[in-house]
Parts: sequence; structure tokens; C-alpha cells
Amino acid sequence: MSVHFDVVRLRVNGDERAAGVPSHYTLLETLRYGLGLTGSKQGCDKGDCGACTVLLDGEPVLSCITPVHEAEGREVTTVEGLGRPDTPHPLQSAFDRFGAGQCGFCTPGILCSSAALLARDPDPGLDQVRDALSGNLCRCTGYTKIYDAVLHAARVQRGGGES
Amino acid sequence: MTPSNPRSDADFTVVGRPQGKVDGPAKAQGRARYTDDLVFPGMLHGKILRSPHPHARIVSIDTSGAEALEGVHAVVTGRDMPITYGVIPWTPDEYPLALDRVRYIGDGVAAVAAVDEDTANEALRLIQVEYEELPHYLDPHEALEATGEPDRPFIHAPRKEGWNGNVTKIVKLDFGDVDTGMADADVVIEDDYFFEGTTHAPIEPHCAIGLVETDGGPEGPGRVTVYSATQVPHYLHRELARVLELDPARVRVVQPPVGGAFGGKSEPFDLEFCVALLAMRTGRPVKILYTREEVFYSHRGRHPFHMRYKVGARSDGTLTAVEADTVLDGGAYASFGLVTTYYSGQLLTAPYHMPAYRFRSRRAYTNKPACGPKRGHGSVQPRFAFEVQLDRIAHALGLDPMELRRRNFMGKNTRTVNELRVTSNGFLECLDAVEAASDWRSRFRRLPFGRGLGVAGSCYISGTNYPVYPNEMPQSAIQLQLDRSGRVAIFSGASEIGQGTDSMVAYLAAEELGVPLEYVRVQSGDTDFTPVDLGAYSSRVTFMLGNACLDAARKLKAKVKEAVAAEWECRPSQVKLAGGQALFGPDTSRRMPIRQAFVLAEEMHGTLGSVGWYNTPKDIHGDYRGGTIGASPAYSFTAHVAEVEVDVDTGQVHVEKIWVAHDCGRALNPVLVEGQMEGSAYMGFGEALMEEQVFKGPDHGRSGLHDAPSLLDYRIPTSLDTPLLESHIVESIDPEGPYGAKEAGEGPLHPAIPAIANAIFDAVGVRMTRLPFSAPAVWRAIQKARDEGTLEKPAAPRVARAQAARARGARAEAGRAQSARAERGGGS
Repeated sequence: MSVHFDVVRLRVNGDERAAGVPSHYTLLETLRYGLGLTGSKQGCDKGDCGACTVLLDGEPVLSCITPVHEAEGREVTTVEGLGRPDTPHPLQSAFDRFGAGQCGFCTPGILCSSAALLARDPDPGLDQVRDALSGNLCRCTGYTKIYDAVLHAARVQRGGGES
Repeated sequence: MTPSNPRSDADFTVVGRPQGKVDGPAKAQGRARYTDDLVFPGMLHGKILRSPHPHARIVSIDTSGAEALEGVHAVVTGRDMPITYGVIPWTPDEYPLALDRVRYIGDGVAAVAAVDEDTANEALRLIQVEYEELPHYLDPHEALEATGEPDRPFIHAPRKEGWNGNVTKIVKLDFGDVDTGMADADVVIEDDYFFEGTTHAPIEPHCAIGLVETDGGPEGPGRVTVYSATQVPHYLHRELARVLELDPARVRVVQPPVGGAFGGKSEPFDLEFCVALLAMRTGRPVKILYTREEVFYSHRGRHPFHMRYKVGARSDGTLTAVEADTVLDGGAYASFGLVTTYYSGQLLTAPYHMPAYRFRSRRAYTNKPACGPKRGHGSVQPRFAFEVQLDRIAHALGLDPMELRRRNFMGKNTRTVNELRVTSNGFLECLDAVEAASDWRSRFRRLPFGRGLGVAGSCYISGTNYPVYPNEMPQSAIQLQLDRSGRVAIFSGASEIGQGTDSMVAYLAAEELGVPLEYVRVQSGDTDFTPVDLGAYSSRVTFMLGNACLDAARKLKAKVKEAVAAEWECRPSQVKLAGGQALFGPDTSRRMPIRQAFVLAEEMHGTLGSVGWYNTPKDIHGDYRGGTIGASPAYSFTAHVAEVEVDVDTGQVHVEKIWVAHDCGRALNPVLVEGQMEGSAYMGFGEALMEEQVFKGPDHGRSGLHDAPSLLDYRIPTSLDTPLLESHIVESIDPEGPYGAKEAGEGPLHPAIPAIANAIFDAVGVRMTRLPFSAPAVWRAIQKARDEGTLEKPAAPRVARAQAARARGARAEAGRAQSARAERGGGS
């Protein structure tokens, strides 16, 4: 076996990071296995489930089908970068309070898709939330509690409710 | 271990209120570490070579090419683990890797450990396996016809001389006088139903890591640890020790957070044995992560059921007899199939009173991935057929199907026809809730053609009364400790798979001991450090672990109250623990912080720890062979109403909404109960309309190949597909559940499928008897109905018509009276 390795430089959650990874690595593999940021999940290997969703310059992308080189020089935000334990993103607080995560495996991707939605539309309706999450499969919740959480977080972000 | 008596709601400070989960923040912030998130120094990557044939004899395996590859550290085959296993001890028919025969495309043949995943994949390509192909079976009826001759071989050696090696289990049970019941019936409905196989599709693929500590060499006191995304650490622990021939005291299973399971991780899998053996061979940690394709082939999901149902009823709708004949398509191995075969009949006998019931179920082996337990194990399929049968009886008799179900309600504190003890039963309240919420009375049979409502009910167990291997030991246990810091630590053997079991015990401990929820820490799922619990299956955990937790907590609570009472010179019964305080009951202004109470208790009693456990009552089932299977200390009940819109031009069924009412005994945290109800209804909806675990036949490429082993092609509902789901919790307060709680995780799936089928009938007058109700299938049924002239809104129930007529009559009467008054010059 002769695997080619590259050194890639990424800006992840505000930090400049470098990692030596096989040339064929995706952004997801680099985050998980090259940088130890295991919050983003691998569920399907090929862009079907959305558990790997991260933000690339604020836009949700499927990191499991994004070659890592496409992310070089761009701002990568993962679930670990959405907030801090003491100041979580309103979505993160709402997800716990509203029971929006059960097994939690799809949660990081759903949070990233939801964060992108709230960034471009601070006052989404149910239909907008359903649309925004249509690329993220959740097998536990039936989505209902997720909608509750996202709509609540939107209210909080607009200053209209307690987190 | 005495079951708890329910208290009044007003007493609770934690239970019954919406709460976050103990693992909620970590999971929402990306900090929870699942199995594939774990890395150990020097860790190798394992891969499993899988059979390309549905049925073949292994002639030879040459691993020399793989062994010679740079970076490969070990290669193992079936010869290295020649001991069969199986989660049910009566049917151990699997090897960790195939020994001399492969039985489905995807059966494991060899495993490698290498420095990285690429090298491991390359090594698999260098393993040479010579196969001799054998005739294979995709259809269970054909498999049952096998003779054992070379052209019609058995998939497994018969367990006894003269038996059919393609039969896992045959169950025939007969209760009451079915023949007389059928003869007495005014209407008998008989038909065939087919439930297609479906799979769990948890978003997390199976993953396991093996580690060894080899102090003293492999034969010395070394230990083997397996981290695994399993929902049954205890059963895995047992089977690892048995198959690898290790002292159980040398084996440890650790279960990290699991990313969804639904029954799909409830028995040992090949990767768990392989990582342990590869770690023992190499002395290094070894990880195997299934690809999504491997998850589909590992399966253990819902069995395809071929069912024939015959149900008789009197003209008032009361049932007289039920008869069922079922063939289960089991796939290549037994898995839980012995239990599935019993469940296919045993779990149908509530919530309706059946005077007589007879069923025969036969589980066949076929050359496809093994089927096993999926949410609502063995009882979702018959529930579909039976609840559609009830709808047909109601229609034939001109009754409202809601009313028909009420008339057959069995009541509470009773026994089923197959002698299962039923205690609490809130089924009528469930019917009431969905009837009112869906505005059933004014909309059933009255929506325009193409739109319809359907109802269905169900029941499910709160845990199996007996473990899979016979023993008298507790089914569930908790170890609890508290100390002068004010903190409570819970060691729980149960498996947190997202359903909230870690949180559930934290709620109970906080309630009993009066500490704030954030003072409770939970450690679970580590066979070295947590007491034995049998696993997250059969909806057993809230009921059994909850009772174990109450048992442990009350032992410590008594010590704390005794110590505080000594300080206050009062009786212990006058001391209350609540909201972070110890309170003097008669005058609650007298109080101390709970931490101070714990200090007093530690001073009086020494270090504070307790264990609690739960075992099931033993007199709650019939005394006949198989009578214990289906027995549970409590049953949950559910009713659904589904609303659909059917496009008659395309056959597309759109489910607008499902109203779900579920009797969970008591909702320990209503948010989590609703989450289980909605998740269950979602999963049932997916099975009704979209999901099929199907395989290519001989005319469509490679026979036995999975038709859609990806999350794109095996269609599970997205947010846009999923209907609106509305939950209504019914609390019957079970006499033996923890604070009255019962299960909520599986029961609420069952009625979704027949409720949708019955709603399709209400919409267009077409009966769907085969799953899934895909657009082509519904379109064909619509075409057939069109040809037969039956494509129309079904007739309204006579009772409803009579009511409507009476209502019209009354209005007319009132109108006449008014006119008369007007004529008299009065008015009102």
C-alpha cells in the first residue's frame, strides 16, 4: 500500500489547524480522524443521511462528500464551534429542553443545518424548518420535537423568550 | 424489590415534569463520545470479508496473500472461533465467521487487522476463498418444502433426526373453542395479509473496539475489553466469554452512547467477536466500523410475515373467535426467531376480549440476512392484519370502528384468553383521546372522496417476564451512593440508546432523595462496574430499572431520614426530602440543606451506599408450553387515528396527520414519553408507506443481493415525508410500575400501520392488505376497484346513519315545534 499524504490547513471553529492526512480524505475524515473533532458524525458514507453536516463559510455542506482540499482557506464550523458549554447556542439549549435529541447521533448535523437556517431567516415558519432539515435524517424523534426546538431557539435569538 | 405504590401527583417535584436529559447538553454540544469517536494508542483497523454467494460451501480459504501484505497484523477465519452462538440459548446456529458454509450474501468469512483502513481493505482483496455454490431459497414457503436432498438442501442441519433443517420453530396454540366461536358468528372475515420486511436503520453504524491487557500473557490474568455500540452489554459479555473460551471475569464490555438501535443492536454481531480475537492476536486495540452497506446486511430487522386471518363476530360487533396462520421469513439465522414465532401469536390477545383464539406460526430459514427484533418485536405484523380485520368487521356490520373497539374492550385487572395477566389498562381513554382530537365523529366517512380517517389500537409488553437464559437472579439492578458533598452517584447496568434510561433513573433518585437533578451523576453500561441489567429490549427498562432504582434510593432515604430525625428529635416519618432540603413535615419552615442531612447520615451510618434490584412476579401467565412468552408485569396500550389523502390518479398516499394516544402508566418525563410516541408513530408510518428490506431475485441480477443497501435507496422518511404527529399521554398509574410507569418506546408504533390502511379505505374504499402502501401498489388496487366498480366512498356506519337520522328528525321536530309556536303567535 502506498497512500499519499498531504498536509492540509483549515480554519476550524476559529482556530488555524494543520493535519497530515491521506490525499483522498474527506473533510469529515480530516475533522474526525485528523483533528480529533468527533462531534460531526458518519452515518452513511456517501451523503445520504446528513449526520456529517458542517458549515463552510456559513453554508451547510455534507462533509463526508466534501474533499478536504475544498475546505482549505475557508471557515469551517462544526457542532463544537456553535457555542461553548457555558454559553451554548440557543439551538443547543433548546434541543435539550425540548427533547429534540434522543440518541443524539444526527443532532450535530441537524444543529448545523438549523443554525444556517436561523442565520439567513431569523423568523422561520414550520415549513421553512421542514425544508431546511430535509437533508438530515433522524431515526428517533419523528422530527416533531426538533421543530419545537428550532422554532423556540429562533424566538430566543430574536430576543423573544428565555433560553 | 417491592414494587412501588403510586403517590398523588401533587407530591412530586421532579417526576411528571418536563426535564432535560442528563446526557442532553453533551449530545447537543458534540461532546458525547460514541464508539467510533474513541481512539486508543496503536489502534489497528479491522475489516470483514463477506460472502458474495447466498448459499455455498466453503471449499478453501487462502489468507497467505493478505498476511504477507505490509501493514497487516492479523488475519482470522471461522476456524479460529469454531463455537456457535446465538442470543437465544436454544438456537445457537451462528459462527462469528462462517466455518464451512455461507448462508447469505454478506455472511462474514474472514477478518483482518491492519495499520489503517486502506490497508485492511487491500488485504481483504488478497484473501482467496473457493466456494461451491448450493441451491438457495429466497421464499420461505419454498424453504419449508425442502427435503434435504442435494437439489433442495437444508440451510442448517436439522436439530433432530427427521426434522426439517429449514424450520427454526413451529408454534401451535389453541385457546377456547374456536370452531364453535366461528359457527356462532354472524359475520366471519377471512383474508391473506403480507407484511414486508423492514430494517432498523439507526443513523450510527455498528462499531466495536477490542482491547487486551496481557499482563502474564494470554493464558495469564489478562483481560479482554470490548467497547461496542450494543444495546445488550450483558448478553454480549456472556457470548464473548463462551465463544472465545475466556473466563467471564476476564471479559469486560463497555457500551458508550449508542446512536440509535431500535432492536438492531440487541444481540452479538460478528464484529464484536472479531475485534476481541484480533486484539488478542495482535496485542493492540482493534476497531471495526461497519459500512452502511454492512449495516443493511447485518439486519436482524422486521420479519416478512405471510399471514392468514379469520375473525368471527356477532352482529353487535363482539368477537367470537380469532384464527391465524403465519409463515415468518427468518433469513439465514435464528437470532431471536424462536421468540418472534411465539410473539407473532401471543401478543395479539389484548386489549380486546377474545373468547377463543387459535394460531399456528412457522419460522423458515431463507438465504437472506437474518431477521430479528425490531421495535414492536413480532407483534407489529399481526397487529396490522388484525386491526384491518376489525375495520372490515365493523364495516360489514355497519358499525363505527371506534365503537366496535370499545365494545370488545377487555377491561383491566383481567386475564387474556392465553392467560396473560393484565393489570392497568387505559385503552378506552386512548380511544377517547384520539376520537376527540381528530374530530372523528363529524369527519369519519364524511370527508370528501379521496380523504379518509382510520383508527387502530394495540398493546405491548413492559419487559419480558423471563430472561433469554433461565435464571432466578434479578432482571435489573442499581448501585447508588451519596456522600457529604450532596451528590448522588448512580451505577446503572442499563443501556442508554437515546431513549433516556440514564435520565429516568436520575429523575427517580432526585425525587426520592430530594436532591436537585444536577446533583445526580449516572454511570451506565460497563460490565466491570455496573450491576447486571439484561439490556435495552422488550421495553423493559423503565419498568424494571425504575423499580430497582426506587428500591436502592428508598434504602438510603430511610437512613437519611433516620439521621435527620435524631437531630430534630422527631419521628423519621415526619422528615421529608425534597427540593434540595430536608424538611420537618408538620412545620416545613424547619429545614436544612440536603447536604447537611447527608452529613448527618454519613456520621450515623458510615459511608452511604445501597443496591436495589427488580425481578418479575412469577404467577402472571398460563401453565402451558410457551405460556411464559408474552408474559409481562404490565402492558401499555395505544390508539391512533390517521388522516390520509389518496391521489387516485397516481396512487400516492399522503398522510396528513397521526393522532397518537398512549397509556404509559405514568409519564415520568412527559417530554421523553412524547418523544417515544412520536418516534414510534414516525417509524410505523415509514413502514406503512416507504420501507422495504428486499432482495434481488434470480431474474434481476445477482439473486439474494440486497436491493437497496443505502440510506438513499432504502427510503426512510425525511422531515418532508413525515406527517404531523400529535401526542396524547394517558396515565393509568400501573400498580407495580415505578410511580405507576409503564413502557412508551415500542407500543406506540403498532397502530400506525393499520390506522393508515383503514384511512385509505375510508378515503377511496380500497383495502390494502400488503405492505408497503407504495404508490404503484395503491394505484394497482385503485385500478382493480375501478374495474370492479367499487372505487367510491364507503357507506357510513348504520349506527352513525341512525344517529344522524335521529339528529335530523330532532331538528325537524324542533323546527315543527317552532313553527307551531309561531302560528300561535308566541315565539321564544
